[in-house]
Formats: sequence, C-alpha cells, structure tokens
Amino acid sequence: MAKGIMIIVEQRNLQVRKVSLELLSEARKIADQTGESVVAVVLGQGIDELAPTLAASGADKVIVIDDAKLAEYSTGAYTSVLNKIIRKEEPQAVLLGNTAAGKDLAPRLAQRLGIGLASDCTGMEIDSANFLTFKRPIYAGKAFAHLTSNVRPIMATIRPNTFPVTPPDAARQAEVVKEAADIDQADLTAILKEVAIAASKRPELTEANIIVSGGRGMKGPENYSILEDLADVIGAAVGASRAAVDSGWKEHKFQVGQTGKTVAPTLYIACGISGAIQHLAGMGSSKFIVAINKDPEANIFNVADYGIVGDLFEVVPLLTEEFKKLVNE
Amino acid sequence: MNIVVFIKQTFDTEAKIVLDASGKIDANGVNLIINPYDEYAIEEGIRLKEKNGGEVTVVSMGGSRAQEAVRTALAMGADKGVLVSDPGLENTDEFGRAQILAKVVADIPHDVILAGRIAIDDGASQIAVRLAEALSIPSVSSVIKLEVAGTQATATREIDGGTELIEVSFPAVFTAQKGLNDPRYPSVAGIMKAKKKPLKSLTLADLGFSAGDLKMVINQYSLPTPRKAGRKIDGEPAQAASELAKLLREEAKVL
Ligand SMILES: Cc1cc2nc3c(=O)[nH]c(=O)nc-3n(C[C@H](O)[C@H](O)[C@H](O)COP(=O)(O)OP(=O)(O)OC[C@H]3O[C@@H](n4cnc5c(N)ncnc54)[C@H](O)[C@@H]3O)c2cc1C
Ligand SMILES: Nc1ncnc2c1ncn2[C@@H]1O[C@H](COP(=O)(O)O)[C@@H](O)[C@H]1O
Repeated sequence: MAKGIMIIVEQRNLQVRKVSLELLSEARKIADQTGESVVAVVLGQGIDELAPTLAASGADKVIVIDDAKLAEYSTGAYTSVLNKIIRKEEPQAVLLGNTAAGKDLAPRLAQRLGIGLASDCTGMEIDSANFLTFKRPIYAGKAFAHLTSNVRPIMATIRPNTFPVTPPDAARQAEVVKEAADIDQADLTAILKEVAIAASKRPELTEANIIVSGGRGMKGPENYSILEDLADVIGAAVGASRAAVDSGWKEHKFQVGQTGKTVAPTLYIACGISGAIQHLAGMGSSKFIVAINKDPEANIFNVADYGIVGDLFEVVPLLTEEFKKLVNE
Repeated sequence: MNIVVFIKQTFDTEAKIVLDASGKIDANGVNLIINPYDEYAIEEGIRLKEKNGGEVTVVSMGGSRAQEAVRTALAMGADKGVLVSDPGLENTDEFGRAQILAKVVADIPHDVILAGRIAIDDGASQIAVRLAEALSIPSVSSVIKLEVAGTQATATREIDGGTELIEVSFPAVFTAQKGLNDPRYPSVAGIMKAKKKPLKSLTLADLGFSAGDLKMVINQYSLPTPRKAGRKIDGEPAQAASELAKLLREEAKVL
C-alpha cells in the first residue's frame, strides 16, 4: 500500500477542524504499521501556513490548492479539483470527516471516481492483508456494518470524535506541493450566495467532548439557562430531545437521536429525558452517560453509568457548583 | 413544473434490530414506514406543484411492499408512481443504486428532484447526491427552505453551526432536512383517489441493468454490546451531586 492514505483536510478561517486532526493522527498510526505514507490535501484561500500544522499532525506530504474560488466550500468546485488530484495521486484510501461538507462532497466524488464509500464510520482497521476495513453504524446505531472493498481507492467519511488526536510534533517535516485549482466550468452550477455561522461559544454538538442535554422535563425554553450554566463550566455543548424540539424550546439542530444528530461524546448528561429508543439511538455510543430524572423507572437509567433520581431543577444547579469546585481546583 | 420525489421504505424507528441465522439484518415482523425525511420531500414536491402547476412523480426502489409507501405518497397528492423491484437489488451498493435511479429519472421530465437527507435504516446520505452526479446536475443537501422563481431556486441548507444560501438552475436535486415543512396526512378522499393513480413497476432488466457491480462489500453485521444499568446515586440532592462530581473525576476520569 505504498501510495498512501489521503486525508481531505477541512479548514474554516485557517483553523484545521478537529476531525481532520483526528484522521491524520489515526492514519499516521496505520501508516506506521503498513509502511504507508500519509498525504494531506487542503483546499481554500490563503492557506499556505497550514502546511506545518498538517506535517506536525502526521502528514508526509501536503498538497495545497490555494484559490479564491475555493475560499468557501462548494460541491462543484471541490469535486472538480479533488477528482483530478485523486486520479493523479492514486492513493489507496481517501478519508474525510463526516461533517456537513464531508457528507455533501464524498458521495459526489465517489460517484465521479466510480468507487464505493463507507459513510459515517466509527471504526477503521487493517486486516491481515493490510486492507482497510471500516465499521459503520446503521439503523442509527442499533447495528453495525463492517465493510471493505477491492476497488482502489477505498473511500470513507469518519464520524468526528472517533479517534483521539495525537499531540503535534513540530519537528516533523513534510513535502509540500502546491497544485493549481483546475476547476471545470461545468462544475460551477451552484452559486453560494451567503454563509451564516451562528456565533456560539459552545462546541458543535457532533464534535463536543461533553454534552448536556435537556428533554421534556425542562418544562420550557427559559429553563435551558440552567443547562447552559452547567455546560459552560465544563466546556460542553447543549443538546435536546425531540420532545423539547417539537415543543419549540430548541431548534432542530440541537436534536439528538434517530432523526437528529448522532453523537458520541466522552460524557453525555441527560436531564429530564426518558430514554426513548429513538433518543438512545443517537447517543447510545457515548463513553459515559449520566441521567438526572425524577422517575426512578425511566428507561434512561437502564443505559446510564451514573444516575441521580431527583428533580433536575434542584440537582442541576448543585452539580454546576460541584463542577465549578472541580474546575477551580 | 415537473417534480420527481425519491422515497425509500424503511424500518419503523421503534424497530429493534436483530440478526437472522445468516447474520443479516432480520426484517421479519418489522413495521415499515416511509423514511421520515422523504415525507418532507413529498410534501415539498406537492407544494411546488400546487403553486406552479405540473406533476409529481414518486419513485421508490425496494421490495414489493414498497408499493404501500408509493400509494401513501399518491394519497398525499403525488400524481404518478414508479416502483423498481428486483431480486438483483440485493447485490447492489450505493454506486449501483444511484446509477439505476438515474436511469429511471432520465425517462421522466424533471425540473426539481427531491429526496431525503438520509435514509434512517442502512442509509448513508449518499444516494441523492450520487444520483445528481450520475445525471450531471447540481445538488443541494440538507435543505430547510426552498424558494423557487422561474427556472431557478434559492435553497437554504444546514451546515455545521449555521446555514448557507445556494442558488441553482433547474434541473437540480434537493435533499430534505427536518424543518423544511410539516408533511400533511393523506385524506380519506386522497386515499380513494390514490388507488386509481398510475403506478408503474420496473425490473433491472427493464432499465437495461444486470445486477452485480459491487464497489463496497459488507463482510458482516454486528450488534452493539448492550449497555448495562450503572449506579444510582442516593441521598439528598446536594450530597448526590457532590458524589456524582467525585465519581466523574476519580472513577470515570472524564472531568
Ligand atoms: C419517527 C420518530 C423519530 C424520532 N426521533 C427522535 C429523535 O431523533 N430524538 C429524540 O429524542 N426522540 C425522537 N423521537 C421521539 C421519542 O420517541 C420520544 O418521544 C422522545 O425522545 C421523548 O423525549 P423526552 O425524553 O424529552 O420526553 P418524555 O418521554 O416525556 O420524558 C420526559 C422525562 O423527564 C422527566 N422529568 C420531568 N420533570 C422532571 C424534573 N423536574 N426533574 C427530572 N426529571 C423530570 C420525566 O420523568 C420523563 O422521564 C422520535 C419518534 C418518532 C416516532
Ligand atoms: N431504494 C431507494 N428508493 C428510492 N429512493 C431512495 C432509495 N434509497 C435512497 N433513496 C433516496 O435517497 C435519500 C438518501 O438515502 P441514503 O443515501 O440511503 O441515506 C433517501 O432519503 C431517499 O430519498
């Protein structure tokens, strides 16, 4: 597998997204076992300075495609450029983060390359023949499919938070190659008019290490402030059950579950959530689950590592105080 | 305006997943529904027709039971149905399925193609985007608002932490995210009418395909290790909160 594992790096405002660093870290580990090289490809405008970061995180080669037309993600332009880069480099594997852009880009790129795609994977291994195999949740996490392919490259999108980030090694060097953005006019059919990023000091739900979630037990939108206080002490994201979303207390983008976001944080704190099968599907692979619920029979306690039976309006503020003490220690 | 809506019949979200004797997902006794995201796609298609005139064709690929899903969409207000059903579909992956569905669309006049953001069964958020690529037309994923003017649309799409506004000319594919609309329920009159609406059945041979070009192979399926109930922390709220914080730091080591 000498041709390498290619990581399509995602950056926003010159910040490499965490999931890309996770992929570089894991690809490095696999490459070290198989004698593979790791190739990072980064697209954008004014992105030269990212090369050392990508080298430090594990890349042997960094391909930089710097062009004003690539400043913002667009399906057409990115597909056009990456299709050509992949055909030229002929990597063994192509990995992307399963982000909004990754989900949009990977299927189109795969179809153009005439290859398969393992989406939203939560596991990646090498088998005895040094082939990559992928594990991906199906039925919203109620089962897994284990996939591989004889077609090269093998392509996958990996769910954020699946792999740990290895600390960067500033001494690592990489070959840096600049390529021109060769965009086919026929690919420029969708025009991006506007990007609106909601200002938030909290992490993105799918990337968060800790999530504090509130359900129907929150009783109203105004009460989410107690969850936000708790979240801000420990740098957590705030989520919601569908009952809370359907009541109009939280926007759908905060919904966790089978018809919302699938999350796998280190710690998930469920407050006033009963633990319906559709909710569990979305957060059941969290490393640790804490439940706060006044009903001792609530199903959430059947999956929680730690549970407190009690009134969340009493328990949550107390917990915030306890966490403050821990953080200040 | 000619509208094509892709719908998949999926397991009910309540379904518990078990494996059969051959290690595959067991569909026995499972309730089937229209993929929830596809309901938004159907609703949007019908609304576009109501505003702009034209026709809504619903296309589904699956077992013969998928007829029920198509009939439901017809009862909601779609005009025509197409069902691709073939034992050979067992041996196709997303690449092949997109090629097949693209072939179906090629024979139907289309300005707007609507699909769901993801199929909640074994779906991978791939088919609709691959289909657009197979047809060499643009696609906008995860749409929460669609405004149409003439032969152009402005779509608001959800991205991580925000939204994007994208303008495309027809024909184009849009995948529906929750929030796009509130799907209607079929009325009794609608259900009666649906029985008389045309529903065409197609096999792979009808479309000029022979099965079996797998790019991706599923080696096996597995089930997650069931979680066990952990520890309930007793005592007064203050004491329980303090105990929990201590456990999270010292035992779980997550804080
Ligand atoms: C097609 C479909 C898709 C779905 N998708 C999703 C999905 O993606 N995500 C999702 O979450 N759900 C989803 N659902 C809905 C799911 O079935 C449940 O209805 C929902 O998860 C319930 O939300 P909840 O736990 O907040 O509310 P409830 O079930 O009403 O539970 C509220 C809980 O709060 C507790 N409580 C009340 N007051 C207090 C208090 N003061 N202190 C402590 N505890 C308190 C109660 O004891 C109760 O356990 C879906 C359903 C369908 C049919
Ligand atoms: N078998 C199918 N028949 C018709 N439409 C489908 C089929 N599979 C997927 N789709 C459409 O593509 C969307 C995304 O599906 P998927 O890529 O499987 O997650 C679905 O919401 C449907 O609109």
